[in-house]
Amino acid sequence: MEELGNLFHGFAVVLQPYNIMVMIVGILLGVIIGVLPGLGGANGVAILLPLTFSMSPTSAIIMLSCIYWGALFGGAITSVLFNIPGEPWSVATTFDGHPMAQKGQAGEALTAAFTSSFVGALFAVIMITLVAPLVAAFALRFGPAEKFGVYFLAFCSFVGMSKEPPFKTVAAMMIGFALASVGLDEMTGQLRLTFGFEKLLTGFDFLIAVIGLFGIGEILLTMEEGLSFKGRSAKINLKVVFQTWAQLPKFWITSLRSCIIGCWMGITPAGATPASFMSYGIAKRASKNGDKFGTGEIEGVVAPETAAHAAGTSALLPMLALGVPGSPTAAVLLGGLLIWGLQPGPMLFVEQKEFVWGLIASMYLGNVVGLLIVLTCVPLLAAILRVPFSIIAPIILVFCAIGAYSVHNSTFDVMLMMVFGVFGYLLKKCNYPLAPMVLAIVLGNAAEESFRQSLLASQGSLTIFWSNWLVGSIMGLGLIALFWPLISQALSRMRPRPVTT
Amino acid sequence: MSDGPEGTLSGPGHRTVELALAAFMALFALVVIGGSMQVGFQWAFDGPQAGFFPFYIGLFILGASIVNFWHTWTEVPRDQVFASWGQLTQVMSVVIPSAIYVVLVSWIGIYVSSMLLIGVFMKWLGRYGWPLVLLIAVGVPVMTFVVFERWFLVPLPKGPVEYWLGF
Repeated sequence: MEELGNLFHGFAVVLQPYNIMVMIVGILLGVIIGVLPGLGGANGVAILLPLTFSMSPTSAIIMLSCIYWGALFGGAITSVLFNIPGEPWSVATTFDGHPMAQKGQAGEALTAAFTSSFVGALFAVIMITLVAPLVAAFALRFGPAEKFGVYFLAFCSFVGMSKEPPFKTVAAMMIGFALASVGLDEMTGQLRLTFGFEKLLTGFDFLIAVIGLFGIGEILLTMEEGLSFKGRSAKINLKVVFQTWAQLPKFWITSLRSCIIGCWMGITPAGATPASFMSYGIAKRASKNGDKFGTGEIEGVVAPETAAHAAGTSALLPMLALGVPGSPTAAVLLGGLLIWGLQPGPMLFVEQKEFVWGLIASMYLGNVVGLLIVLTCVPLLAAILRVPFSIIAPIILVFCAIGAYSVHNSTFDVMLMMVFGVFGYLLKKCNYPLAPMVLAIVLGNAAEESFRQSLLASQGSLTIFWSNWLVGSIMGLGLIALFWPLISQALSRMRPRPVTT
Repeated sequence: MSDGPEGTLSGPGHRTVELALAAFMALFALVVIGGSMQVGFQWAFDGPQAGFFPFYIGLFILGASIVNFWHTWTEVPRDQVFASWGQLTQVMSVVIPSAIYVVLVSWIGIYVSSMLLIGVFMKWLGRYGWPLVLLIAVGVPVMTFVVFERWFLVPLPKGPVEYWLGF
């Protein structure tokens, strides 16, 4: 197997002392980001992106992806101990995690959460190792029409699968596309939508949007809720860890199901948050202790954490193999690739073997290191959360500003970040989804280019998107995803009502 | 987030804010459509013009915001509050200092303005004693300076004070 050889080569890259150090620093920063309210995976990675400018691309992606793993782990700590989800995908973890902490089982809950996260991530990484090269090899055959089809599918799944109203998703997404098209049009060399403002020549950078929408917007939301941290303390020692580990194999079915849900939701850009909710819901229905869910069942921690981590990890598969990120954080990583001079997409597997397999190997090792770090550092991390928000908030603001500035060394971007922040707060309050907007800003130019190239080939006829079975079936899947709410309604009406619910 | 109707709290109506947001998006769509028409949105002899793609994007935004406006108009109850005045005061207490901060960054550099931001925040909202305020307000920017400019060689905006100190 060629992949196995590549993977071992990847491990050799990751095991260089410098890369191991980068990995540990990344995980630590990531866990802190995950614990702090107002800083999440996407904006955390965006803010820290400038730190990697002077590194080699492989070390840089190891650091950034490890920040992401760390953030995934960190979200669980605040959910269990403080009943405050540090990340949207750990909301479902609070349902049973916090009751466990109230019963004095915080250590068990955290061990279960971390271990499940690890299992979910491991499952997803194995899947990436096996599937990503195949997808990439397949995608090498894609022409512009197929490429557009993949973008179409990704964006349609957002509309069909997000919990926000579909027209709000469309509006948010299209605003993202419009922002992406500002500036120089690469195909005709013309300036558009700049209205004579020099600052707009280079267009809107999505990193600024991410830092503003997710970072500043989140701080404003946190401020509104007026958080007061009343946490439980946790004692994790080896005895608790091993006792919990002895209990976990019982839940292997829940775990496996959550892994699969997570991987599926991660690859289609539904993301970690719906995956965790869905997994929790199904586990509640399937478990024989289902009616006790919400009172501190360990299974209720296992299900959402496994799915969230599996989804978060597998979101990198389409980013690596197709150049279409499955989550905002994956989008930021993709933006990083562009900055380091790499072209995301299937050619990456051919041209940048060391980079791709270094990243995949770092996913294995990063999650092992992450598990060890979070298990040993819980008291320390809980102490960070006890630092009052009036100290944390301005420091986060400062780091957001630094992150926004260093993307293009422009102070105009810092002001733009603030505008995006207030806009993000309003959007969030009015139930508009932010993720499709960010992905549209990232992918806007690539989607437009493939669209126009396809139309050029067909002399302006839209039939090119149905011209062969490959592009036709991708577009067809896209339409199914787009109208999925209507289709599933129709299906459930046709089917006779099930007797048991 | 609690979006439920809260009878006891007063504040701007959720409906008003959401309608305004949808109207703003429609306006944005018109700007995009207008801008695309300026550069040409049709099919030229060598393919689609620069405004071709954004023109249709603009139409999508316009259509979606009209639907959203209509949904809000018909479905969102009139007594639902966007956020109470107290909550909005909290939010503004972050927005206003940060807005001043981002403008200051381009004038006096990031380090001095960060010291001011952290200091004002801790003193005004947190009501901490001066020793702690000074420690964090000065310590964090100095640490940032060491990490970014010295270790990672990322230059950040500087102002008169830094030049005076010789950086």
